[in-house]
Amino acid sequence: MKTKLEVKNLSYSYHESTGETTALSHISFDVRDGEFFAVVGPSGCGKSTLLSLLCGLLKPEEGSILIDGIPREKSRAVIGYMLQRDHLFEWRSILSNVSLGLEIQNPRHRFPFARANAARRQTEEQNRRDLLQMLRTYGLEAFRDARPSQLSGGMRQRAALIRTMALKPDILLLDEPFSALDYQTRLEVCDDISSIIKTQKKTAVLITHDLSEAISVADRILVLTARPGRVKTILNIDFGPGAERPLERRNAPEFSNYFNQLWKELKYDETTV
Amino acid sequence: MKQPCDFLSESVRIAENAVSLRQLEYLAAEKRRRTQIRIVRTMLLVLFLALWELMTQLDLIDSFIFSSPSRILACFLQMAADGSIFMHIGITLLETLASFFLTVIIAVAAAVLLWSSRSLAEVLEPYLVMLNSLPKSAMAPLLIVWLGNSTRTIIVAAVSVAVFGSVLTLHTGFMQTDADKIRLITSLGGTRRDVLTKVLIPASIPLIISNMKVNVGLCLVGVIIGEFLSARAGLGYLIIYASQVFKMDLLVMSIVILCLVSTALYQLISMLEKRIKD
Repeated sequence: MKTKLEVKNLSYSYHESTGETTALSHISFDVRDGEFFAVVGPSGCGKSTLLSLLCGLLKPEEGSILIDGIPREKSRAVIGYMLQRDHLFEWRSILSNVSLGLEIQNPRHRFPFARANAARRQTEEQNRRDLLQMLRTYGLEAFRDARPSQLSGGMRQRAALIRTMALKPDILLLDEPFSALDYQTRLEVCDDISSIIKTQKKTAVLITHDLSEAISVADRILVLTARPGRVKTILNIDFGPGAERPLERRNAPEFSNYFNQLWKELKYDETTV
Repeated sequence: MKQPCDFLSESVRIAENAVSLRQLEYLAAEKRRRTQIRIVRTMLLVLFLALWELMTQLDLIDSFIFSSPSRILACFLQMAADGSIFMHIGITLLETLASFFLTVIIAVAAAVLLWSSRSLAEVLEPYLVMLNSLPKSAMAPLLIVWLGNSTRTIIVAAVSVAVFGSVLTLHTGFMQTDADKIRLITSLGGTRRDVLTKVLIPASIPLIISNMKVNVGLCLVGVIIGEFLSARAGLGYLIIYASQVFKMDLLVMSIVILCLVSTALYQLISMLEKRIKD
């Protein structure tokens, strides 16, 4: 399978008047097309910095990020980013919330005198239809005109996913997207969302501090060391066919082996530091 | 924030769905309490006015100095008959509304400008703080010299009272916008302008309105200061004129009307706030 995302020798430091903090130091890895890739590590190891670099919110100080072999800045690939909290806007309906990305990408009023040409109108119409289809598929159709506060935590997170997916991203970045939910909802939403991502065959990078979450969804797991973050190891996760969904994986016998393996990697790191 | 009457109507709605005896008792008690409060509130005013009137009638206090409810009413009716009081109220109201709208527009625009440039905000901050804490009444005589004895002076004075604090409050509020919401817009490919129109302004509507509540009061203060110094009409002018010719009935009446005007303006914005929330 071809490589979707390549990270080479990536480093990043934060600069403040009180001093310099190295968040990431010489990170290299690659993610294959359609792969679900997870990144775990102790808190403060630069996990979120890594995501910010991947989606272009921060510029790397050293090293490079390639998407389909093209440098990130030049690539026209769309990167979807899902944050820790859903950040649905209370002043917008659900439909209006999920179309936020499209609204930003295709501003209708920026050139008031330029009539949208037929092709563009058609794309917009298509986008709208896709959006409604997604709402239908993920059980939110009845709530399209509802306010976010009327939805449960799980439904809100699904709406946030639709908002991200509406831009048809090539790569999906997930920044602990389940961490704000209570445990039971979290298991359900994680199951839900990772199934959606897998059926759509999206390439995804998940950042989490929850080891069992990482094992239950990922194809491979990258373990980072404590600050400054370095690549400790990359673990292959294979449950074989028949244990694809996170909840099935959690019940599989291999699960605890993977957990112990991952736990040792992290623990060994802590004792050496 | 829920208004008391909302709370009641909501309780009634709940009660219709599942009417337990305890709930009904609770609602009845709550209703009784509200009625009592309303009665005591009204009684307090009636008692105060009656006592005032009685004491002047019995010559316990001098009605020439302290005026009296009946004299105030008489004064009002007399001025209402020739319409002059409405002209004075209208002028003060107009000046207040004009300066209020100017303040809101200037404050929002300036706060957005400061938000969009961190360096500009840092450069200007000490000056804004200084101008905000400066007693604006000290500036009024200067404004008269610069701008003359006119409505313009009054409006500028009123704006100057409210605008600096307003800019500071709004700017602080803008800076506290959830950083993750800004990240969200950026990650969706949005520019700074998208952040402004899609997050900052909509998220700050409640702040802007609560700031408007403060501004309308401050603008009225500014207008009265302005009218004290440079006016030939308006409630502030009436107060100064009345004190100079020792017409205490006119003076107290103007203050009473001012009370009503300021309450009415405040309520108007509260209504706007409620409408936007729903």
